[in-house]
Amino acid sequence: MKSFRFCFLMLTIAILASPALSDLVLSKVDRRVENAGPEKESLVLLAFPEQQAKNMAYLMATPHEGKGKVKNPVVALPVEAANPKDMPAALTFYSVSLPKGLAEGDSFTFDVLAVFTHALRPIPEQITQADIQLVLYQDSAHYLSPYAVKVQSLSVKLPDSRIESYTKLENTKIHGSEIKYGPYENLPSFSYSPIAVHFESNLPFAVAQELVREIEISHWGNVQVTEHYKLIHGGAQSKGEFSRLDFLARPNVRGASAFRYLVANLPPRAHSVYYRDEIGNISTSHLRGDSKKTELLIEPRYPMFGGWRTAFTIGYGLPLQDFLYESDGKRFLNITFSSPMVELVIDALIVKVVLPEGSSDISVAASFPVEQWQETKISHLDIDGRPVVVLKKTNVVPQHNQFFQVYYHFSQLSMLREPLMLISGFFFFFVACIVYMHADISISKSSASYLAKQQWEEVQAVIQQVQNIISRCLTTHDNLEASLRDLSRTGNIQACKAARKAADGLLKELSKELKPLLTFLQSSPSAAQVLPKVEELVAKERELQEKVMVKHSTVVDGYEKKLGARDIENRVALQQQKLTALRQEVDDLLEFIDEI
Amino acid sequence: MAAPETSTAAVPTLYTNNTLRNAFGGVLSFFILLLIGVMAFSIRLFSVIKYESVIHEFDPYFNYRVTQFLAKNGIYEFWNWFDDRTWYPLGRVIGGTVYPGLTLTAGTIWWLLNSLNIPLSVETVCVFTAPIFSAFASWATYLLTKEVKGTGAGLTAAALLAMVPSYISRSVAGSYDNEAVAIFALIFTFYLYIKTLNTGSLFYATLNSISYFYMVCSWGGYTFIINLIPMHVLLCIVTGRFSSRLYIAYAPLVVLGTLLAALVPVVGFNAVMTSEHFASFLVFIIIHVVAFVYYIKGILSPKMFKVAVTLVVSVGLAVCCAVIAVLIALVASSPTKGWSGRSLSLLDPTYASKYIPIIASVSEHQPPTWPSYFMDINVLAFLVPAGIIACFLPLSDASSFVVLYIATSVYFSGVMVRLMLVLAPAACITSGIALSQAFDVFTGSIKFQLSGASSNTEVDAAETSSSTAESQTDAVKTEKPEETAKNRPSRKSKKKEREHGEKPSTKAKAEKKRLLALPLESSVISLLLLVLLGAFYVVHCVWAAAEAYSAPSIVLTSRSHDGLHVFDDFREAYAWLRHNTDVDDKVASWWDYGYQTTAMANRTVIVDNNTWNNTHIATVGTAMSSPERAAWEIFHSLDVKYVLVVFGGLVGYPSDDINKFLWMVRIGGGVFPHIKEPDYLRDGQYRIDSQATPTMLNCLMYKLSYYRFVETDGKGFDRVRQTEIGKKYFKLTHFEEAFTTHHWMVRIYKLKPPKNRIRGKTKKSKSKTSSTTSSPKRGGTKKKNPWQ
Repeated sequence: MKSFRFCFLMLTIAILASPALSDLVLSKVDRRVENAGPEKESLVLLAFPEQQAKNMAYLMATPHEGKGKVKNPVVALPVEAANPKDMPAALTFYSVSLPKGLAEGDSFTFDVLAVFTHALRPIPEQITQADIQLVLYQDSAHYLSPYAVKVQSLSVKLPDSRIESYTKLENTKIHGSEIKYGPYENLPSFSYSPIAVHFESNLPFAVAQELVREIEISHWGNVQVTEHYKLIHGGAQSKGEFSRLDFLARPNVRGASAFRYLVANLPPRAHSVYYRDEIGNISTSHLRGDSKKTELLIEPRYPMFGGWRTAFTIGYGLPLQDFLYESDGKRFLNITFSSPMVELVIDALIVKVVLPEGSSDISVAASFPVEQWQETKISHLDIDGRPVVVLKKTNVVPQHNQFFQVYYHFSQLSMLREPLMLISGFFFFFVACIVYMHADISISKSSASYLAKQQWEEVQAVIQQVQNIISRCLTTHDNLEASLRDLSRTGNIQACKAARKAADGLLKELSKELKPLLTFLQSSPSAAQVLPKVEELVAKERELQEKVMVKHSTVVDGYEKKLGARDIENRVALQQQKLTALRQEVDDLLEFIDEI
Repeated sequence: MAAPETSTAAVPTLYTNNTLRNAFGGVLSFFILLLIGVMAFSIRLFSVIKYESVIHEFDPYFNYRVTQFLAKNGIYEFWNWFDDRTWYPLGRVIGGTVYPGLTLTAGTIWWLLNSLNIPLSVETVCVFTAPIFSAFASWATYLLTKEVKGTGAGLTAAALLAMVPSYISRSVAGSYDNEAVAIFALIFTFYLYIKTLNTGSLFYATLNSISYFYMVCSWGGYTFIINLIPMHVLLCIVTGRFSSRLYIAYAPLVVLGTLLAALVPVVGFNAVMTSEHFASFLVFIIIHVVAFVYYIKGILSPKMFKVAVTLVVSVGLAVCCAVIAVLIALVASSPTKGWSGRSLSLLDPTYASKYIPIIASVSEHQPPTWPSYFMDINVLAFLVPAGIIACFLPLSDASSFVVLYIATSVYFSGVMVRLMLVLAPAACITSGIALSQAFDVFTGSIKFQLSGASSNTEVDAAETSSSTAESQTDAVKTEKPEETAKNRPSRKSKKKEREHGEKPSTKAKAEKKRLLALPLESSVISLLLLVLLGAFYVVHCVWAAAEAYSAPSIVLTSRSHDGLHVFDDFREAYAWLRHNTDVDDKVASWWDYGYQTTAMANRTVIVDNNTWNNTHIATVGTAMSSPERAAWEIFHSLDVKYVLVVFGGLVGYPSDDINKFLWMVRIGGGVFPHIKEPDYLRDGQYRIDSQATPTMLNCLMYKLSYYRFVETDGKGFDRVRQTEIGKKYFKLTHFEEAFTTHHWMVRIYKLKPPKNRIRGKTKKSKSKTSSTTSSPKRGGTKKKNPWQ
């Protein structure tokens, strides 16, 4: 195997980077490759034991930059899973392609970053509230490699200086919270020297067993992100009593292994943030925002002890212009892939991008392999549903929180679809109402009730007319009264007489008009109910008319005979009383008929 | 605005003006009604704005859960739903024991919205069902009152009902309970009955039966309808108001309504077999006899009729006696006389406290106090008598119904505070009538005085047309342009009218009856006072809606100097149970928290708020009042894994389990006589301090509530009872603390597994417990401990 002819000069630093990441082991390897063989080589194999390969969430190789340089955006070297022949089956291999082939004697330095999840095992597996949480980390002090290794060392950085135990080999040093193995020189290929570090770790072991992110784009100006978390504390299981008293009194001692809150770094200008679960709003959260980011601090309903679970949803809106761009006639959404929560390991992440109804030509660009398929979602007032791009990835770590792009075509006109639909819907509703109000939709035009109804309507119209005539009569009476008052003021008898004449004519006309209406009412059977009242009304009115006339003549006579005002008043007083009473009766009758 | 101008100027256009006036009136009342609906809806949203869109209290959670099931599984699954998450190990047939009206309504709304692609969650629909239906209820009130006393009274009553606190308390957003839709159904059924009575139309009679069916679906309170309407029919017959309209209003309702009611599984044959329904059948027979008599009277000569009467009366009396004897025998043969416990406690207010502590223990089944009348119906209480008087002027079929309605509901509300809800619509209707009549009288007399005065003093050419113009403008409720000249006096009166007539219903009719006219000053002052009264009512209602009745009771808040504190302990506990216990674990708690536990925590409970099985509840009550070991045995026999208690001593939450504890003792003691109430009382006083009895200090409830409580402040000071607790330091032997919420309001304990017991101790206590728990053991092997 030609690879074996490689000779390596390597410096390995494996960091247990628990300070930053709970259930994570970040292994950073710095290696210098030297070709010792005669042939040109462009592939380098990396080997991981089965246990680690299973837990590996992220692997990246970058060419090494010298110290002190400004970090350019490093171009990652392509890494592929490899399956070389004649290698032990228990190892999983990845091959790194070097930018250019290495000739004999050439060397190249690059960094490999691998992130492992669930690599720390809590021992003991069950602890009480008062216990501290101890975890075990296992690795090899010698760098496992298909190549011979010239120089190598390993340092393990721990979150806390409290170390229960660790494997002591030659050349083992301990500095505070860092354990250093090596340097070892001239190791043969596949050399393996297991180590185990048992140490205290009270960092939150927040694991999202499932996270569904739904990103919904609305071209009216909003990107709505909804994230459904199913969270578990992945550390040592808690056992025995949970005492709130102890937890409240000494939270750092009695509850050291629990975590109380999580922090999410949302994009700037995030708005309408909510935090709830299936039984309602969770009131324990804080939101701080500035122009760079929005920080959301959320507390689950209860402190999370080992093995405890919870589920919740956070949601927020983002301004569209920050995330949606246009290029070559296509729009694309550019948004981060993973959860905004810091220090969170996600076992299964499903990202759903809901595009507006009518989008087409959808494609996704992500910097790492994801499973993807399409669905449709029917939301507010949709007809054929919105296209949904679903991306699924297991074992997601914060390193995956990179931007990804969804490209699609969307016509601006499609935006008007729903408003137009609403407008036309209401329009047709009103038209239908109008048609209903104006159309006669009786089934049987000859049925008794229908005819009766029609007759009744006619009767009502006639009664209405009768009422009008009566009220005009009353107006005439008022005119007469007014003329009398004028008379008392001015003494102009002629004017008063003229008024009388006009009133007489008018009243005659009105009584003529009244006749046919009354005969109609008498003939109509459905008017039988109202008829007596109407007739009474007419009779009373006539009586009133006569009385008014009599009064008028009396007064005018009195003036002609130049009687005193008091005298006339005395004469009219009795009549006046009757008049008022009659007038009252007529008014009452009018009102009564009005109510029918 | 051409039309009103012509109305005053030209006489020939009077006809069109009149129709226009009616049209304007119609449009205006339509918009007023719309606004009343909007107000009824929005006044109930305080809970959503102040708290959140969440289901409230206890029963709504069950309804919510049923609705979720309905939305998920469909109607057929719903009818056949056997719920094994509650009343463990008995279970409950939900489809057959629940009033499905509310659930079906919300389910239908949800389905409709979703089929229109408006994806609202079931929860949202449930939260807003009650406010929507209260808008419907106020419209139904308008219709009913309009049938009784005209549009003005209708609008006033609708506006009053839209914000009556008693109804708000049961229908704020989130209060997803049967009453929310049932009050609408109740009023609407009454409206259709009155409408049928006024028109004699069979169409409305059929609608009435259907509406009654909806009411039966919605609420057990339908028995109120089926007793009130027969009472009214009987009243009409007795006062000689029998007519064919009355027959049409009543007979189809009984026949169709009973048939339809029997279709509802929860009612079933009860619709013909329980005493609650007997009145309707009795009156049904009577009305037929009366109708027959009237018919005979019509076809026979007076002399023949007399003969027939004597014949029929003698035979009829015999038959009646026989029937009544049979009925009485039937009724007397059943122990409760065929009445359900709740109905019986209505007839005899002391019944429940004597025989059924479980009914008496519910606070809403207690008789109300006087302040609660003022709180719940406020100024309506003063207006009701005036409304009753107005109903007698003149007394019609419809207004006699209103009088009967208010009289009976006042009685029922006096028995049970919960039935204040039935009183509220009646009070609103009568007060609406009273207010509207008062406004009529006052505005009428103001107008009369003004026009009378003007005609005496002013001699003006303009005066000529004033009275005509007045008679038109009086009834016009539209904003007439005041520029129209020549009707100054009427304009004045209109202005007055608008000033005082804030109630949209002051349809001023030209009531110029001399006798009714009051002096100008007094009527203006009275109007002002009435408006003040109305304003007071509005202020009170808004306050009640915002402050008193909008709390969801699962989230508590308290205001202190450093801001608002939220006590979300209930949901904290339920969420903990939901996520951190096994899906099939059984949780025991007092029945109050059963519905919430099944709905929010999705865990099986032993008893819940349905309270259909007194023995089961008594078992839990006994366990709570027993010493630890006996309690453990009872719980273990019920396969209980967790015990949940509510404890308010730390933060001062008064309705906790210690305060409810006496009811547990009473209910438990009612079935298992070895639990005796006096054992828990010291000199007749219930106390938990050092004077408390040893039984009290050793019972499970005490221990679970106060476990390690003393360590919080060193003294163990209970803020609810305002005292130091009696027994401070003790250990739990059979239970362990599993979870306690942030403010200690909910404490969850886990039963220790049986193997942890010490052998020697078992022997000793065995003899003791077997003697004390001998009576419950009669029930079967339930309390047998397999480990003994």
